[in-house]
Amino acid sequence: MAYFEMSRLALQWAFAKPPTTRYPFVPRRPIAGSRGRLSFTRDACVYCGVCAKKCPTGALAVNRAQKRWAIDRLLCIVCACCVEVCPKKSLALSPAHGGPAVTKDYELG
Amino acid sequence: MPRTIIPFGPQHPVLPEPVHLDLVVEDEKVVEARPSVGFVHRGLEKLVEKKDFGEFVYIAERICGICSFIHSQTYCQGIETLLGLKAPPRAQYLRTIWGEFSRIHSHLLWLGLMADAVGFESLFMHSWRVRERILDLIEATTGGRVIFGACKVGGVRRDIGAEAARHILAEMDGIEQDARDITRVFLGDSSIKVRLSGVGVLARQDAYDLGCVGPTLRASGVAQDLRRLGYAAYGELQFQPVTRAEGDAFARCAVRCDEIFQSIDLVRQALAKIPAGEIAVKVAGNPKGEVIARAEQPRGEVTYLLKANGTKHLQRFRVRTPTFANLPAMIRLLQGCDLADVPALVLTIDPCISCTER
Repeated sequence: MAYFEMSRLALQWAFAKPPTTRYPFVPRRPIAGSRGRLSFTRDACVYCGVCAKKCPTGALAVNRAQKRWAIDRLLCIVCACCVEVCPKKSLALSPAHGGPAVTKDYELG
Repeated sequence: MPRTIIPFGPQHPVLPEPVHLDLVVEDEKVVEARPSVGFVHRGLEKLVEKKDFGEFVYIAERICGICSFIHSQTYCQGIETLLGLKAPPRAQYLRTIWGEFSRIHSHLLWLGLMADAVGFESLFMHSWRVRERILDLIEATTGGRVIFGACKVGGVRRDIGAEAARHILAEMDGIEQDARDITRVFLGDSSIKVRLSGVGVLARQDAYDLGCVGPTLRASGVAQDLRRLGYAAYGELQFQPVTRAEGDAFARCAVRCDEIFQSIDLVRQALAKIPAGEIAVKVAGNPKGEVIARAEQPRGEVTYLLKANGTKHLQRFRVRTPTFANLPAMIRLLQGCDLADVPALVLTIDPCISCTER
């Protein structure tokens, strides 16, 4: 039976750089490829509604007549299904997370 | 000797999961433990009537926050069997890699909780420090840290390129070194050994008769591992189930320590053998029939029953999670133990009550 097995690890980390950051003073750098937040580009969209049809949580609402695209951020699970099916590539995911959703209203794109 | 009933849980500082136990004690010895669950039932099985079989992958993945990927993988395997589909070989390897990532992060999480339960808080923090490395790797390859969102019916949604594969291999070396440092403490330090050795012994025959699964069963000497069925890419990889003969709490800790290195080895093997090609096949038609899909999660065997009638909604969906299979063993372990050992013994089966109740 061994004693002081932890001592080596504790000593090693007593002098090492901390693995944590001082969040929120030092913001977390987003990891490339992370599914952070859905963004919409109005110029390319033809309002076909495929994204709303394929959304597994029903978070998107598209109105072709009024040319409106809207998202309920509280319902969106950032699965990227809409990004995959968008024929005009007007939807994209940014790796950085956005701010928290504070209202239950749809956010217009 | 008078008997007292001590209510324990569902909210308790040392309990990681909402399970309630009525502990019948004589002095400091537990003579009987009566469990009750049902505090976090979410009714996920019923949702098959509202979501179609493709959308339901996202719900299956949310049954558990730790084994999330393997839940979606098992569900997809079942649906693919019903549809007569086979995911491409590259997708099978990618599922294997992500499944092993899940296992590494689950075991490191459990080791941290175990260290915390025995009062070794610095070791708990080191275990979770190592776990952060694997979580970053999961986020970089799938886009999510807890919910991978990478599996779909017919294959997977993301690929791992050559550069990402090199990054994974480099990280695996670092994680292996870090894991060796902490498992040396778990397996060698006298305080953990004294606390866990000979406590909560589950004999080989008892473990088998009570229907245990996963590390709880393997720590009692039964070499049963569902990955040996050869689902995903496991049939083409070399590994042997990690077993221990002692059947005590220390053996269950040791099995999980060794399985981290087994998973790292499986990731290396999979990355060396992964074939080029498509990552998904086109899905056509609706599932029809009944199938049982099984897979090995970090906690043990998960069983899915899928029943479909040819429409886009499944008719019936039923999950038996590994914790459900291990609960009878937990009750047996608690009979005759010291009251102070209850938190550690509950933890040794790695309970996930929210996944048990779905």
